Amino acid sequence: MIEITLTDWQILLVKLLIILIVVPVGALVGGYVLHKEMAHMQHRLGPMYAGGWHGWAQTLADGIKFAYKEDIIPASADKRVFSLAPAVIFVPVLLLYLVIPIDQNLIVEDLDVGLFFLLAIGSVGSIGVLMAGWSSANKYALIGALRSAGQLIAYELPIVLSAAAIAMLAGTLSLVGIVEAQDWPYIVWPPGIGLALFLLFLAGAMAEMALPPFDMPVAESELITGPFTEYTGMRFIFGFFFAETAHMIAFAAIGTTLFLGGYKPIVPWEPLEVIPGVLWFFVKTSFMVFLLLWVRFSFPRLREDQLQKFAWKALIPLSLVLILATGAWILYGP
Amino acid sequence: MGAIRGAGSAGPPETRGAGSAGPQRVMDPELQNLQDSSAFASEVSEGRLVTEEMLLNVGPQHPATHGVFRLLATIDGERIVRAEPVVGYMHRGYEKLVEQRDYRQITNLISRMDWLSGINNELPLALALEELMEIEVPPRAQYLRVALAEMNRILNHLMFFQSFSAELGAITPTFYAFREREDIQYAMESVTGGRMHFGYFRPGGLKEDVPKGFIAMALAAVRKVIQRLPDYEDLLTGNEIFKQRTINVGVLDKEVAYSYGVSGPIGRGSSIDMDVRRDEPYLVYDQFDFEVCNGTHGDCFDRFWVLLHEVVESAKIVEQALAGLPPGPIMGKVPRVVEAPKGEVYVRTENPLGELGFYLVSDGGRRPYRIKIRTPSFSNVSALPHALQNTLVADMIAILGSFFFVLGDVDR
Repeated sequence: MIEITLTDWQILLVKLLIILIVVPVGALVGGYVLHKEMAHMQHRLGPMYAGGWHGWAQTLADGIKFAYKEDIIPASADKRVFSLAPAVIFVPVLLLYLVIPIDQNLIVEDLDVGLFFLLAIGSVGSIGVLMAGWSSANKYALIGALRSAGQLIAYELPIVLSAAAIAMLAGTLSLVGIVEAQDWPYIVWPPGIGLALFLLFLAGAMAEMALPPFDMPVAESELITGPFTEYTGMRFIFGFFFAETAHMIAFAAIGTTLFLGGYKPIVPWEPLEVIPGVLWFFVKTSFMVFLLLWVRFSFPRLREDQLQKFAWKALIPLSLVLILATGAWILYGP
Repeated sequence: MGAIRGAGSAGPPETRGAGSAGPQRVMDPELQNLQDSSAFASEVSEGRLVTEEMLLNVGPQHPATHGVFRLLATIDGERIVRAEPVVGYMHRGYEKLVEQRDYRQITNLISRMDWLSGINNELPLALALEELMEIEVPPRAQYLRVALAEMNRILNHLMFFQSFSAELGAITPTFYAFREREDIQYAMESVTGGRMHFGYFRPGGLKEDVPKGFIAMALAAVRKVIQRLPDYEDLLTGNEIFKQRTINVGVLDKEVAYSYGVSGPIGRGSSIDMDVRRDEPYLVYDQFDFEVCNGTHGDCFDRFWVLLHEVVESAKIVEQALAGLPPGPIMGKVPRVVEAPKGEVYVRTENPLGELGFYLVSDGGRRPYRIKIRTPSFSNVSALPHALQNTLVADMIAILGSFFFVLGDVDR
């Protein structure tokens, strides 16, 4: 038997490589699921030809098509900022996956401040969106970028506050620690508060990712594609489609970790413990993705000022109240 | 920050007030409400808070304009200060073209004006010729004309239902509407052979009788639409976000609508209680029982509500017309060569989008001497600046969508 000894650095490198492969593939699969779920909700079939069976290779084919597209940079654009923006959007999304525990031991790095890292990194992408909108020298892109910035400020708070309540309950910021601290039944515990926190997190996450009904920054019927109006080819794919899908899956995974008990079985029953945590995690994340897409295709788009009102007058006060309730639960609850 | 920076390719920004002297800001939507308050207004007038206006050129190529329609919007942050519709990018000169063609050719040409309701466009020409030539149209043809015109109205309204929902970001209802349209489209195709440009109404009657099984097919299709309308209500009109986006948005006053000659669902949305089918019945509309839907506020929601409820009324008419379809010929006594005698006639009908008028002058030849067409979309679009003033960019899309215009109908 050959014994391979790897240094810590090498292990980290392998893990990073895995992330670099898994995330784009996951985004491709996510894109396919998006196509299919949307189509079936809308009485259509969706992609049916590419690759043979139910058009499984459609997103792959789209990706290849985009790779062959001309990379256009508008003459009046700020060229350096314009070309950098997609990377600034996509890389933070990749970094999100570093701290999400897929199983108790399957994690790139179990940071002690994992939750903090997630929240901090998760909002960096908005800078990329602002860069894209600003440097495009296009009015629609500018309006989209400004909307995106406003949205980030308004919706970061509910996410942070609901995550803070979870951290209070778990007593740790480490994501593995949070999953371990969660008891069955996950989202309805503590009674009422847990579910409210979960919904709050969902609303905030959808707004931060600019998914419909909060997709005002891209609002294709108003602003063409918002900040990405001038982008073509691979920059468009990485800045917009890939980042959007990968971000959605990442947030589904974060929601699973924080609220749905991560890699733990759905019910604490002895025979279910045999099934590996990775599978549980996958099932729960898929459910979250399904939920996000379901909402996405059901509702019309809000208006930016209505969205801000919703955030500042409803969600943020609510999240503060929930923090208070969580504190009271920890102090006086069972 | 400087709003100028992003102005870029689309055109130079306009400046107002002290311009470069004061600090430049881009307004947050929340702040726009503040701006209406007097304290803020006085600060602006003193030159301490000067905002830049930006000229936003919406169209001629823009997803929300469904065609080549241009809207010059002066915006302040996201608030629209002024908006000016620019039409004419699709002018094809139909009024001149028809002077070079004989009457039977015209039928096929004018169905391309408002491409969503082709058969409704053919109707006034046939009516005008019949009036000039004093042709008696047999009842079966009249009933079928009503049924097909109303089916086309349903097609048109469902199309605008879908485009409006797509513009508000709700993608799912879009495809629901297309599913229902397809059934009606199929029934109409079985009669006329066409999907958009039917060419079915002839002076004196119809091209040919309906095929076997058409009545059952059409009734089933229309009933399916009625059956599924509650789904639409659940998805859109009952939706809280939809209400927030449309209620009290883009209000068009009754007086303004009157003065611009706004008609159809948009006029009725502004409570102009006018429908040619009821007020001046042509064909056999006076024999059917239907209601004219009216809005009260003239906002986007009312216009949309009228549109959706007209589908129900049209379906009622189709059912009555097909149930009471008399037997008999489908063509009156028409001479082999259609030559209108010297004279002039004005015919108006209720197109799905409003009042369609044909003023036909004949010098006795095979070709019209002059045809002046009054299309509903042109008048309706003219009233846009009033509805658009002081709204937000997002509202602009909702208002454009709720004005239900077809570019071919605007420019002809």
